[in-house]
Amino acid sequence: MIEFKGVTFWFSEDETLIEKKDEVLCNVELVIPKGEFIVLLGRNGSGKSTLAKHCNGLLLPKKGTVIVDGKSTSQPEFLWDIRQKVGLVFQNPDNQIIATTVEEDVAFGPENLGVPQDEIRRRIDMALNIVRMNDFRKKEPHLLSGGQKQRVAIAGVLAMQPEYLVLDEATSMLDPEGRSEIMTLISELRGSMTIFHITHFIEEAVDADRVIVMDQGQIVAQGKPADIFNQRDQIYEWGLELPLVSETAWILRRRFPELFPSLPLQAEELVVALCSYV
Amino acid sequence: MFICLENVHFSYFQNTPFEVQALRDVTLTVERGESVGIIGRTGCGKSTLIQHFNALLFPTQGTVLIDGEKIPKKGLQLREIRRKIGLVFQYPEQQIFEETVFDEVAFGPRNNGMSGENLEKTVRWALESVGLDYQDLYKKNPFELSGGQMRRVAIASVLSMRPEALVLDEPTAGLDPEGKRLILKKLKNLREESGTTLVFVSHSMDDLALIAERIIVMDQGTIGLDGSVRQIFSQGETLEKYGIKPPTTTRIAELLREKGFAIEKGILTAQELSEQIEKKILKAGNK
Repeated sequence: MIEFKGVTFWFSEDETLIEKKDEVLCNVELVIPKGEFIVLLGRNGSGKSTLAKHCNGLLLPKKGTVIVDGKSTSQPEFLWDIRQKVGLVFQNPDNQIIATTVEEDVAFGPENLGVPQDEIRRRIDMALNIVRMNDFRKKEPHLLSGGQKQRVAIAGVLAMQPEYLVLDEATSMLDPEGRSEIMTLISELRGSMTIFHITHFIEEAVDADRVIVMDQGQIVAQGKPADIFNQRDQIYEWGLELPLVSETAWILRRRFPELFPSLPLQAEELVVALCSYV
Repeated sequence: MFICLENVHFSYFQNTPFEVQALRDVTLTVERGESVGIIGRTGCGKSTLIQHFNALLFPTQGTVLIDGEKIPKKGLQLREIRRKIGLVFQYPEQQIFEETVFDEVAFGPRNNGMSGENLEKTVRWALESVGLDYQDLYKKNPFELSGGQMRRVAIASVLSMRPEALVLDEPTAGLDPEGKRLILKKLKNLREESGTTLVFVSHSMDDLALIAERIIVMDQGTIGLDGSVRQIFSQGETLEKYGIKPPTTTRIAELLREKGFAIEKGILTAQELSEQIEKKILKAGNK
């Protein structure tokens, strides 16, 4: 479990806050329980990435604490342990790959942890299998597509055997094919580890266990996708939008109030509801 | 014929062992005032294609004509072509370098000798065209702005050259839904008010369904399909061959048709789709 307790953060070396408006995170209270697939939404500049970087102590709270499985990120002696537990994948695949072959890149993390050689081999096999990049293990990363690079970056994190996978807009620079590769991978990893996925693509949230919405450094809503998207007016106020399926259903519901007892999020739900109505 | 490509071929690293053919025998015309979406798999030649529109790349074979005139290899004319056809690269905010929003947007016209009141007017117009408040922002450092605002400043700095066509490579990538909606709306207004020709390279079919009137599908350096947005997006199976998923609304319409709802082909927006469904429900109720 990752707990945020009254976390406030601003970007300044100065420990005292000059202006209230400079707070990037503002008294955030959040619990990320083990095993969930959580999607975090919010407009540009709402504090999503800053929150993500607090999950493994890349950034440290100026006020409050972040506790990972009972250990505070503010205590330097726990950081090593926490970073092994919480793996982060970033937006730009080109900024995350360092080695000259795929397998060396995946090996980088465990090598630094001092994992024995044959265990490293085993972990590379495991990680590359999961992301389906085994056939590319000897390839040079710069020759891969965006989606493939991002899968290698995820494999690098998986080789550390983390319990939490934090994806900070990991799909945002990918083409539709690359995005769907990552979403498929998430659905396969789901359940075996906690997944915290930050995105601007609303459709990527419809299948989550829980959706969290941030605005102006605060968590303004959390709940099941259907409950979140039911608050249409607020969704737009937060700079977001409804999935197109739900938007269509919303327009229809004004005309036929009993057509959709719950707002459909996926095309199939909408079609089923319509078929039983007519 | 505003932008016209005739049998254009292009290779990177020509006459070396690394030669890659990126365009093969491309012939196409974009008329003044059109709104065109260019789509296709990563690596199909979309970006290479649009760089021919304003002479950033020259064909290795074939000709490019702008306003009926052949693009020369060098000379002053190139400057005029690049002013006429403004190119906005992917993540254009990464190219911002001036210290104030004003200087950033003024950079192009200033280089063309504009100054004083004229310059201010142009900068104001460019910023307002993308929905940014001149008074609020002109003195600000662009790097203090949000991602969506920076993107719009970058677009304004191309607009300040008063181009007749705006060619944009993935203009909404990485933006939040609100920023995306705003940019699309402003570009639409710009076309309606100033008659600016719009060309988009995009992976977002949902965006194109809202703004494009014509779609060109690229495939391995050639033009696979070219037609009206409704016509192209209603060909689900053909699009799949080109690695493209039609817009969400078109896909819902397709699912409904399979279930026996007689929904028209080529549905683009949630509004259109819900109107069609409403009609079918009312009709079924009257039986």
